Amino acid sequence: MVDYGAGNLVSIQHALSRAGATVRGASRPADLVGADVVVVPGVGASRPAMAQLRRHGLDRAVTDAVEDGAWYFGVCLGLQLLFERSEEDGAEMLGLLQGSVQRVPDAPRLPHIGWNALERVRDHPLLDGVADGAPAYFVHSFVAAPDDRSMVVAETEHGGRFPSIVASGRVLGIQCHPERSGSDGLRILANLVRLAAPDASAAG
Amino acid sequence: MLLRRLIPCLDVADGRVVKGTRFIDLSDEGDPPTLAARYAEAGADELVFLDITAAPEARGTLLDIVERTARSAVVPLTVGGGVRSTADIKAVLRAGADKVAINTAAVRDPALIRRCARMFGRQCVVASIDARGRVGTSGDAPPGWEVVVRGGREATGLDAVAWARRLVELGAGEVLLTSIDRDGTRGGYDVELIRAVVAAVDVPVVASGGAGTPADMVAAIVEGGADAVLAASIFHRDLHSIGAVKEALAAAGVPVRRVPVAA
Repeated sequence: MVDYGAGNLVSIQHALSRAGATVRGASRPADLVGADVVVVPGVGASRPAMAQLRRHGLDRAVTDAVEDGAWYFGVCLGLQLLFERSEEDGAEMLGLLQGSVQRVPDAPRLPHIGWNALERVRDHPLLDGVADGAPAYFVHSFVAAPDDRSMVVAETEHGGRFPSIVASGRVLGIQCHPERSGSDGLRILANLVRLAAPDASAAG
Repeated sequence: MLLRRLIPCLDVADGRVVKGTRFIDLSDEGDPPTLAARYAEAGADELVFLDITAAPEARGTLLDIVERTARSAVVPLTVGGGVRSTADIKAVLRAGADKVAINTAAVRDPALIRRCARMFGRQCVVASIDARGRVGTSGDAPPGWEVVVRGGREATGLDAVAWARRLVELGAGEVLLTSIDRDGTRGGYDVELIRAVVAAVDVPVVASGGAGTPADMVAAIVEGGADAVLAASIFHRDLHSIGAVKEALAAAGVPVRRVPVAA
């Protein structure tokens, strides 16, 4: 779990442990070596977050880990950082996926804070056992705008519609906070651990 | 569609929940994480801890409580009370809080809101405003509401609606709006106050102070326009369960999260 300074990591660390994962905090590139899943949490704006990642060399370390076959699981800002640039502050981001980050379109109020539905666009193992339309907890003002819409797994409506879960191969991102989203959120994290686990055993 | 939130509030002093609770079946009814987990299971959409500890040296106790709560309750947690600096806020967030409510410190140092929004993102900065209706001794007193601090003991002269707008401009991502006139009365929220602040800001507003019945919560949301309603004693004293309030909100057409309660 990439730890680049601010924010609440306790909740997601604990929730992933409950889901069966062994969680290791990563504040240096060496901490990511051998990880099956690189979890990038975070809230807030992309520019300061990217600056923190670069300061510690974690931006390259994360993309290297993914290129070497690790899963990426981005939560909230961690989803947004996957894309190339932020239209709000012009920040250059990780660029593992093509597209940009923008303000929630046509939102009645921002930040978008509270429980809202994960509306399934296509099936994905991350949502196994989670009902279509299940509410999850969001707290954000920005969303991803992927170039390739086929990576969208779930959408959510707050004025406009935006991707709330994206998946492209082993690169996964979720805009809500599964660690704060009750039993459905814990199920999503358990699904993540189950998805990545066979690789762990195959690697010995 | 974004659902409206129901938020129990726990007042914590020296590590214990105060304002007596009535969960006699809990082994430790004064333990904040135990109560928080109980409320989360019952369907609370979020939890608020207000630390009313007088002595700064007891802050470590609060951080321990926040961390234990963050582990036991799978819903978001807002922590307020005694937060005076970006270092305080960082410590509370690192301990497991999702949002931090800033009240008196924002009156003393409004730029604290801006610094916190820049460092941690505006979504975790809650402007907590205690407001009291202006009562004119003559007929020409200005209408509206005045900001008060220190639990209502100290008036500031600030207009509550203008103050809310200012704090949002500085970077607050949410307003926790408490009517000091109604707080503890169970006589209903100050719907006029809520409506005035909701109209003045473009961030979510949490209504607080005066909840007595589910109908009060419906009024705060439907008539006042609140995004969320906060209550303390009606839950602590088990006057209304979270499930019953959600049923009443849903029956009134308010979109809420329904949580099946385990038998």
